[in-house]
Amino acid sequence: MSQAVVDRLGTQFGERILGTSDAFGDHEVQVAPKDWVEVAQFMRDDAELRMDHFIDLTAIDYPERESARFDVTLTTRSSHTNARIRVRTHVKDGEEPNTLSGVWLGANWAEREVWDMFGIKFQGHPDMRRILMYEEFIGHPLRKDYPIDKTQPLVPYREVTDIDKLPPFGIEEGQPFARIDWEARLAGRDHQVSPSIGVQQGQRRTLSDSEAAQQIQARIDARMAQEAEASEPTEEGSGE
Amino acid sequence: MEPADELLNDQASLELEADPMRLNMGPSHPAMHGTIRMVMDLDGENLVSLDVQPGYLHRGFEKSCERGTWAQVFPYADRLNYVSPMLNNVGWSLAVEKLLGIEVPERCQYYRVILGELSRIADHFTCNGASAMELGAFTPFLWLLKVRDWVWDILERETGARMTHSFGRIGGMAAPPTQNFKDDVRQLIPEVHKVVKETEIMLLRNRIFLDRMQGVGVLTKEQALSYGVTGPVARSAGVAYDVRKDHPYLVYDRFDFDVPIGEDGDNWDRFMVRLEEIRQSVRIIEQALEQMPDDGPINVDDPRIVYPEKQDVYTTIEATIAHFKLVMEGLRVPAGEVYSFTEGGNGELGFHIVSDGSGTPYRVRVRPPCWYNLAASREMLLGGMIADIIPTFGSVNMIGGECDR
Repeated sequence: MSQAVVDRLGTQFGERILGTSDAFGDHEVQVAPKDWVEVAQFMRDDAELRMDHFIDLTAIDYPERESARFDVTLTTRSSHTNARIRVRTHVKDGEEPNTLSGVWLGANWAEREVWDMFGIKFQGHPDMRRILMYEEFIGHPLRKDYPIDKTQPLVPYREVTDIDKLPPFGIEEGQPFARIDWEARLAGRDHQVSPSIGVQQGQRRTLSDSEAAQQIQARIDARMAQEAEASEPTEEGSGE
Repeated sequence: MEPADELLNDQASLELEADPMRLNMGPSHPAMHGTIRMVMDLDGENLVSLDVQPGYLHRGFEKSCERGTWAQVFPYADRLNYVSPMLNNVGWSLAVEKLLGIEVPERCQYYRVILGELSRIADHFTCNGASAMELGAFTPFLWLLKVRDWVWDILERETGARMTHSFGRIGGMAAPPTQNFKDDVRQLIPEVHKVVKETEIMLLRNRIFLDRMQGVGVLTKEQALSYGVTGPVARSAGVAYDVRKDHPYLVYDRFDFDVPIGEDGDNWDRFMVRLEEIRQSVRIIEQALEQMPDDGPINVDDPRIVYPEKQDVYTTIEATIAHFKLVMEGLRVPAGEVYSFTEGGNGELGFHIVSDGSGTPYRVRVRPPCWYNLAASREMLLGGMIADIIPTFGSVNMIGGECDR
């Protein structure tokens, strides 16, 4: 990481650099989404900086932030001066920053992954397809409001009739899968207590509220009804 | 029925189909290591277009990290690059330690270096062996993998597991080095040198091997930089970038070692760079063994971070409480955001982590070196022949667990 890059960008872009930071030794500048490509292009082409080595591009989701939901960060490095810099921009949900795939080729796949995982589209990207998930997948899994225990089977679940428990837990057993219940937190209910206390106070969802658990419960109910039906005639028979 | 001479006069019907052929390769193909799908258009045997489709091993590493404690990430990190899990363990430890602002004792740093370099040796031997095997040379594969077995023997004695060790801890390691650790490693070193030499004898003058490696799958320096390629693949293309040299972490600045650089960026260079890196790793290990103190603490002295001794947990209430708090709530990492990077088996392994001050990571982004190396593989393959996919893909060393996370 390098302070020199931050200074150079500061003199070049002036007030368009919205903020700088060197926390933990990682130098960082923040820019607006509209300057995103211009800053990147300048960093790569400037004779002093020559940030020609693409390192990483990713996003962070802050659903509770009013102004802009996502942070998109770019890390890049110079193969000449060995300097490193992280550039950050705040992107609203639905806003489409311009693509960096024209600046560094590696941004192509990185942006496809950000689209896949966070649902941030990049304007002008040559090939904006999902990359890790499949095309039929609904939603963007790394958003905080995507439940971690949600399943989207491409083929229906097998009907299992001869065992009582489905792994990993029975309906009312075990603890909630995640330590933070984002659905509850976004609704203002989760106050970050321990999982079991949270369940007792009604702040956290138990597993039985989840879609998967409801499906399992429905299946168990159906089976019990079936068994009850099947056992009825024999009872009548024995009665007679 | 048409007369025979009419058919012969029709020249068009005698020519072969001229349209490109669409071919699906993978996701489960016997000659490729890793589950990956390649859709290509072939003109004869030449690739005219190619779409590389990863994701078949995606299992939500980053999402899973957001649901447990910081320490619960170690088993997941093991399964990123499962050929050199110790490097991932150490990478994750260093990332969290950077956020915590602590540095582990010197003995632990040397211990991490030696275990990590052993992992790297196993990683490179596996990759080179598999590359040779995919070209039909099965003996070198077995020959090279026996070194991996020897390395794993040592790692098993140290960690208790051959492959997924989960041996790293935040603020130290799970256990101090065993008594015979140094002797074991010292005994291994001449054997490694011997096998490297034997590999050279077996392969480097083999006409078939040369023809299929030299000048095939070329990646230029500019492409490598632009694609974000790191590690042996980038170095073989002439990018002199090794995190251990350029941004030394742990005690790498105390060792004298060279970074091998290739010139052509072809399969041959990638093979040779890996072979030379094995030698350099051995050099590092030799120096580290000399410098590593024989006694001293392994873990940092901070009960908020490190688990108490098991003996104390069973006998004293303070240790029981500390253990309980660390396991159930997890250690609290101050709020902040860091990017910490180490040299993994395939290149720069970065952990971009965000903490909100609680016992659970807010966001964990792993920068998988394979991901960008694989993105660049399109550049290496396009225009080449379909049979060249096998050696090129082998030398890129895509590890599904790390690439797809």
